[in-house]
Amino acid sequence: MVKEKKAKTRKKVSYAKWGYIFLIPFFATYTIFSLIPLISTFYNSLFENYRSGLTQIGPNFVGLQNYISIFQSDLLKYFGNTMILWIIGFVPQIIVSLILAVWFADFRMRLKGSTFFKTIIYMPNVIMAASFAMLIFALFSDDGPMNNLLIKAGLSDGPIRFLATVWGTRGLIGLMNFMMWFGNTTILLMAAIMGVDASLFEAASIDGAKSFQIFTKVTMPIIRPIFIYVLVTSMIGGLQMFDVPQVLTNAKGTPDRTSMTLIMFLNNHLYSKNYGMAGALSVILFFITAVLSMFVFIMLTSSGNKKGGRN
Amino acid sequence: MKKKVVSGLLCAVMVASLTAGCGAKNTQTQETTKGSATAETTSKGAEAQKEEPGKEGKVVNIYVWNDEFKARYEDYYASKLPAGYTVNFVTTPSENNAYQNALDEALLNQADAKADDKVDMFLVEADYILKYVNSDSTLDLKEVGITEQDMSKQFDYTKVIAQDTKGAQKGISWQGCPGLYIYRRSIAKEVLGTDDPAEVQKAINDWDTFDKTAAKMKDKGFYMVSGFDDSYRTFSNNVSGPWVNGDKVVIDPKIEKWIEQTKNYTDKGYNQKTVLWAAEWASGQGPDSKVFGYFMPAWGVDFVMAKNSLAKAVADGGKQEVGNGTFGDWAATTGPESYNWGGTWLCAASGTDNADIVADIMKTICTDDATMKKIVEEKNDFANNKTVMQALAKSDYKSQFLGGQNPLQMFYDAAEKIDMSKISPYDQGLNESIQTAMHDYFNGTVDKDTAMKNFYTSIKEKYPELKTE
Amino acid sequence: MGKAEKFKKAVVYVVLMLLVFLCLFFFYCLVINATRSHPEISKGFSFIPGSSFGTNLQNVLHNKNLPVVQGIINSLIVAGSSAALAVYVSAMTAYGIHAYEFKMRKTIYMFIILIMMIPTQVTTLGFLRLINTMGLMDNFLPLILPSMAAPVVFYFMVSYFESNLPLEIVESARIDGSNEFYTFNFIVLPIVKPALAVQGIFAFVASWNNYFVPSLILKSNEKKTLPILIAQLRSADFLKFDMGQVYMLITIAIVPVAIIYLCLSKFIIGGVTAGSVKG
Repeated sequence: MVKEKKAKTRKKVSYAKWGYIFLIPFFATYTIFSLIPLISTFYNSLFENYRSGLTQIGPNFVGLQNYISIFQSDLLKYFGNTMILWIIGFVPQIIVSLILAVWFADFRMRLKGSTFFKTIIYMPNVIMAASFAMLIFALFSDDGPMNNLLIKAGLSDGPIRFLATVWGTRGLIGLMNFMMWFGNTTILLMAAIMGVDASLFEAASIDGAKSFQIFTKVTMPIIRPIFIYVLVTSMIGGLQMFDVPQVLTNAKGTPDRTSMTLIMFLNNHLYSKNYGMAGALSVILFFITAVLSMFVFIMLTSSGNKKGGRN
Repeated sequence: MKKKVVSGLLCAVMVASLTAGCGAKNTQTQETTKGSATAETTSKGAEAQKEEPGKEGKVVNIYVWNDEFKARYEDYYASKLPAGYTVNFVTTPSENNAYQNALDEALLNQADAKADDKVDMFLVEADYILKYVNSDSTLDLKEVGITEQDMSKQFDYTKVIAQDTKGAQKGISWQGCPGLYIYRRSIAKEVLGTDDPAEVQKAINDWDTFDKTAAKMKDKGFYMVSGFDDSYRTFSNNVSGPWVNGDKVVIDPKIEKWIEQTKNYTDKGYNQKTVLWAAEWASGQGPDSKVFGYFMPAWGVDFVMAKNSLAKAVADGGKQEVGNGTFGDWAATTGPESYNWGGTWLCAASGTDNADIVADIMKTICTDDATMKKIVEEKNDFANNKTVMQALAKSDYKSQFLGGQNPLQMFYDAAEKIDMSKISPYDQGLNESIQTAMHDYFNGTVDKDTAMKNFYTSIKEKYPELKTE
Repeated sequence: MGKAEKFKKAVVYVVLMLLVFLCLFFFYCLVINATRSHPEISKGFSFIPGSSFGTNLQNVLHNKNLPVVQGIINSLIVAGSSAALAVYVSAMTAYGIHAYEFKMRKTIYMFIILIMMIPTQVTTLGFLRLINTMGLMDNFLPLILPSMAAPVVFYFMVSYFESNLPLEIVESARIDGSNEFYTFNFIVLPIVKPALAVQGIFAFVASWNNYFVPSLILKSNEKKTLPILIAQLRSADFLKFDMGQVYMLITIAIVPVAIIYLCLSKFIIGGVTAGSVKG
């Protein structure tokens, strides 16, 4: 790559300090608003510290007791819930987005009104997650319009109690996440595909490649960085999932706590002012995310070989 | 000492208030002084501040979780408020302990809050009243000038519940919340052949006959109750011991009975599987409903059912009159067991800078015969005043909603029977958690043991200090 | 155009129309509900508009406990400044990593990727205590300033710089005697405008809809942002609360974002396309 050569031939070492200067605002902010709170959260996790009625209990040093309690709870279940909820939203989202992006980027197709479509599919993203959840709740309630429709159409004898079943609730959460994010993902992927030199597609199609082959052999490898960006950001969003299940299940993660996400679990402790347990849970969450991000990081670096260790 | 560590961390906001003095204008300029503040905490400065002249704000802050009391205040006190004062209602919904959390936060910062931000009065429910009654944040009503004499006409249980371990009276209520079973007259006629409350009572006199009537209702295509939570209070209010013994959570046999009965009703189709306050639950009180009856206290009849019964709502130009929806097609009867549901107590916050106003509000709304009589007549509330209620029970008072019935004697008798000695400070969280957990069991999503386990998990999160096994 | 092509095109349009219908359907439901009174809403859903639009609007705007107009202004201030800061500082950070060769570069890049994954909620506890100690409770600053460290935006900007910013441009600017800040602000930023717009709107929407942290920081009525007001209105009280007002307020909350998005969307979609093709 051009910039690599340039970087090596650059003689003036003095520019290096500018690199640091440009990083100052970010790191100053990060240190104050994230790093210090993070350290104080770590510290807090070693204490028994909560409020019983109007009486403050603690802080008393208890070592790793909070961690033991957390591991004795259903932590793994909530982690599983979170991942399941993310996946059932993400899989359809990425498939639909890829297909749409390919269509939008296909010059030969000359889609009419593509700007209109692109604009509309992004729109659900501007609705507040909590408001969206309220709407879905009303639409899919036992006596709601969806059930009326299903019964009138003869598809169901009685009301389907979506929110009383595990997969009904999870499915609705997945649906909402899909609706909110597929437009966003489409736009990002489309931008990436459009960045591909059109002559590549032409060459491939002259060689007699089918659409699917073009997609796997030409498109995918080139949009891989953006694809990974989408995957990573979506996974972050998935791990932090809170508003949608919180509002849809009224903070209870019903039924049988199967839609209780990690952050909802954390929120329960924060809510009852149990700072020790909330701290311990935060630390555990931190390590879960650290492991996941290491994994993603390895994926990133292995894919970026041609960038010559740029990362 | 422990308190100091915490308040040390919360320091800056507080100090600003010490330096800022009073007056509404200061609130706008607070932020600038906050930053420079140093950590100097006064743990119990509230008492001292009360005496300081010039510290008294003209804003009376009342913490509430809904607009019920606000409506009473506006109709029966607002006009008496001395000039220059403003009353400010701080509303936080009660679900998920949100109200208590907000109130606790405010009370714990009371000593350091600006005069105009201080909590002056707050409202509590029976489910958690003990938490505040037994705390220093609540004033003995004697200190604000309310005497035993003032409260002599009140129902005993409403007084006992608000006394701390030393017997100091810390709360006062204007209403009693005895509950009855409110049923549809037309359905009673169709299934039982009569809509006379005394006759209907015979069909639901105890739980065995209640079950039998439920089966009859089912045969004719009706539901005995709306959903899972409807009969909960009739059981939870007649428990043999409190929810929490020492620090251990105890499942009372009555609660077990509720679980058993509701599961049974759900499986047999005696209810509509609704959840309390849900849209489906509410529409069961409206036209085209198949629900026979609801367990409801006095406030529920007036505030909830009367509204839900209408085919054309008041907001759309409808009237609360017979013929509009199911309005007037209802009647009240005692049901299998007497119980209490809800109730609101007024408490004076320590450190209030407007104790005289607080006391005057309490006296007017909770002890004044004329005002309380008006509340009953105009709002169909059940006033916490034996003299007034006895007179009205014998009068020609009629509830239009209940088809012209005078239910006051029934409410009165139920109120006399209420025993609130089995409450614990944790009732709200525990009641809410067990209902939520058991819904899964009723729905058939999980077995009972799993539901119980979920209940325990949930209360561990809410109350770390409680032991569950 | 062959038959197969035509058929494919038809399928494409059908799928697109279906998705558009789905997307607009939710907006439709929302607006319909905003025109209905609370009793109507609580009786069940309907797809036919009601007649209470005016009443609901009046009720929301004149609700004494609910400073809606102030809430819109507050939300605009917080979301606007957050988005601007997030985009600018992230671009700056990304430029620092992209354009300069220095020892720690790889490590720092790795560090930012690592912290990108940490959920904000993890630090909430410590964050609240810190804000308390700093005396910044009930203030906009703790909602705005932290957005300067936005690893996700940074990550996007780095990727974008890599494919769209040839370093020759920077070199030639230096030869022309431009100082580093000038180069960044007036030469580099205009080139990456499309990326700024995309990330700007993402950041704006995220902040506009954010409820979790603001609800813990903002206490006084005149400081509250729209999501808090909605939550407050929604849970006011089961006896008195008015779903008509709630839906009206949600509708109001969507309008500004939708307008900003629609204004920027052509620019975003067109801009991204143009920018990418060059690279």
